Amino acid sequence: MKRHLISAADLTRDDAVLILDTAEEMARVADRPIKKLPTLRGRTVVNLFFEDSTRTRISFEAAAKRLSADVINFSAKGSSVSKGESLKDTALTLEAMGADAVVIRHHASGAPYRLANSGWIDGAVVNAGDGTHEHPTQALLDAFTMRRRLVGRDAGLGKDLSGRRITVVGDVLHSRVARSNVHLLNTLGAEVTLVAPPTLVPVGVETWPCEVSYDLDAVLPKSDAVMMLRVQRERMNAAFFPTEREYSRRYGLDGDRMARMPEHAIVMHPGPMNRGMEITAEVADSDRCTAVEQVANGVSTRMAVLYLLLGGSEPAVTTPRTEESN
Amino acid sequence: MSKILIRGAKVLGGEPQDVLIDGETISEVGTGLSAEGAQVIEADGKILLPGLVDLHTHLREPGREDSETVLTGTRAAASGGYTAVFAMANTFPVADTAGVVEQVWRLGKEHGYCDVQPIGAVTVGLEGKQLAELGAMHDSAAGVTVFSDDGKCVDDAVIMRRALEYVKAFGGVVAQHAQEPRLTEGAQMNEGIVSAELGLGGWPAVAEESVIARDVLLAEHVGSRVHICHLSTAGSVEIVRWAKSRGIDVTAEVTPHHLLLTDELVRSYNPVYKVNPPLRTERDVLALREALVDGTIDIVATDHAPHPHEDKDCEWAAAAMGMVGLETALSVVQQTMVETGLLDWAGVAERMSFKPARIGGLAGHGRPVAPGEPANLTLLDSAYRGVVDPAGFASRSRNTPYEGRELPGRVTHTFLRGRATVIDGNLT
Repeated sequence: MKRHLISAADLTRDDAVLILDTAEEMARVADRPIKKLPTLRGRTVVNLFFEDSTRTRISFEAAAKRLSADVINFSAKGSSVSKGESLKDTALTLEAMGADAVVIRHHASGAPYRLANSGWIDGAVVNAGDGTHEHPTQALLDAFTMRRRLVGRDAGLGKDLSGRRITVVGDVLHSRVARSNVHLLNTLGAEVTLVAPPTLVPVGVETWPCEVSYDLDAVLPKSDAVMMLRVQRERMNAAFFPTEREYSRRYGLDGDRMARMPEHAIVMHPGPMNRGMEITAEVADSDRCTAVEQVANGVSTRMAVLYLLLGGSEPAVTTPRTEESN
Repeated sequence: MSKILIRGAKVLGGEPQDVLIDGETISEVGTGLSAEGAQVIEADGKILLPGLVDLHTHLREPGREDSETVLTGTRAAASGGYTAVFAMANTFPVADTAGVVEQVWRLGKEHGYCDVQPIGAVTVGLEGKQLAELGAMHDSAAGVTVFSDDGKCVDDAVIMRRALEYVKAFGGVVAQHAQEPRLTEGAQMNEGIVSAELGLGGWPAVAEESVIARDVLLAEHVGSRVHICHLSTAGSVEIVRWAKSRGIDVTAEVTPHHLLLTDELVRSYNPVYKVNPPLRTERDVLALREALVDGTIDIVATDHAPHPHEDKDCEWAAAAMGMVGLETALSVVQQTMVETGLLDWAGVAERMSFKPARIGGLAGHGRPVAPGEPANLTLLDSAYRGVVDPAGFASRSRNTPYEGRELPGRVTHTFLRGRATVIDGNLT
């Protein structure tokens, strides 16, 4: 693996499968009475959040703490950043404090790339979501969830998502989750279809390794997993769609639509959900919806990422991983 | 007055000739001219061009002296072979009154590195709402004839129409920064394959093209002349070509960077490539070169846009838009247009000196290299190859997209009315 995790496109198939397999090991730790490993003792992980995201931040925080790392949460609000400090000076400050890894969430696309490539810091950089660019750990936890559900917890070890048909529905244009998922799912051998109103599909999408459809109903019966993206109501004001109700009618997932999906197919959502907008309560609360599972899987997956970036070759778990899990 | 003999220079790239400067003017052009009483410069087959004229420079003074001043900007201009620059109006305060344009004009005169011809704002504060006192700026000592809200588009069709009409009274021209504002809200780079991947707000070509289409039609309707700043797309080329074929009085410029660089460079998220209009695609670059050859695009203008280091040493979205260009323009044109066989040196002289001076109505510049003409001259060592090192720039700013890139050609001498501003590559 590379030294940083900036884009899902940076991961090879073997990198990605290694992360998912490692995440399964980490998940076993979560089932123990003491959910902690000594692996990153003495290492410092900084959560550098320029954008509010309690969910992602606490997920990374839990992941780092379960690996015994020291965690520093640096929130832009109320800090020197809100007084106009530059990303560079913030980075130099963290470097001076000895950060081994910086987990960054930033409203500007490319900010993690700049942080990793500008010589401002030496530590590993993990992209926790940048603007409308990427959110690679979200894609990894999504892939982890899909592999568990569609291939199997044990049967999935060492496997990718070859031949699985994944549908991503919603505001693709503004979605870092969609971009990372398209890259990663393609790397893992899945067939991806994006579904959105044409206004919410980026110009230039034709080079992406996926299909694009404007017709949700046509795609549902051919989907093994349907990922619903959060759609901000404010998009309506910029004329991306006429009304909330029309969006919901054409691109929302309700019970009737869910019934058109194959028996085994799952419904996913990165959260936070807009119930009544892109997903109805009936679907969100059904057994087929993995939204809550995804949160739990997020911690395991982020543990795997931090471990692989910082831990080196030592086994993460006391029982070494066996050959068949590779 | 002193005499200078430039010996064996390829005038506009032709056969080697001697050029004798006497005082402020060229007194003789020929072979075997006498060096008596003259300081001799051995040109050894270097290219002699008329002093370059830049129709689009940001000198930043008054207001942003941390990025450039009239002094540092004109030194950069002289280094790049320019003897005259048109200074854009988006200063602080905006050059929208006779007072501000006269200040800039006077500073240029005092420093003496190249002539500074201020451009006046079209509207008060570049706000696009109320016409600035265009007549007062024209009548001022600065004698403004080119008006532009560059940096912002004159978006309101009625304001644009009125401006086009109004400046006819004194032979002025409006230079439009074509950028439909609603289509470019939050825009960060060219909209296309790369922006889709990088998740950066897209700047569609149509935002430029639709404004150019409107403005050439307005110019036709009111019988005015319009100039298009930094044309950047293949579609814009087609519209201007159509307008010219229809007899519409339109001229257009292209920047050196749009002749060379593409949006693929943005993949580095390095804000040194952030510029307005944005870097486009390879297809656009090739269309712009072709248009510069066939005359659809009249001139090369630098859009020299200095910014302090901190405004580029940051994340992409927070960075300022613009690139410095005065000191690399001729090299980029040599690489993209001359060494590709698209233009000869006479063609370069036409597009970087003669024509920009004509469009801007600037007397004494863009003149032939001939006896009796003002001695505004640039001597270029076209055989030179060097890697761009911004540490050596005369500009106060270093925001060049060419750092570390090898470019051909080096200006060794620049003469402003017979006085050397650059000798052997060094500013005087």
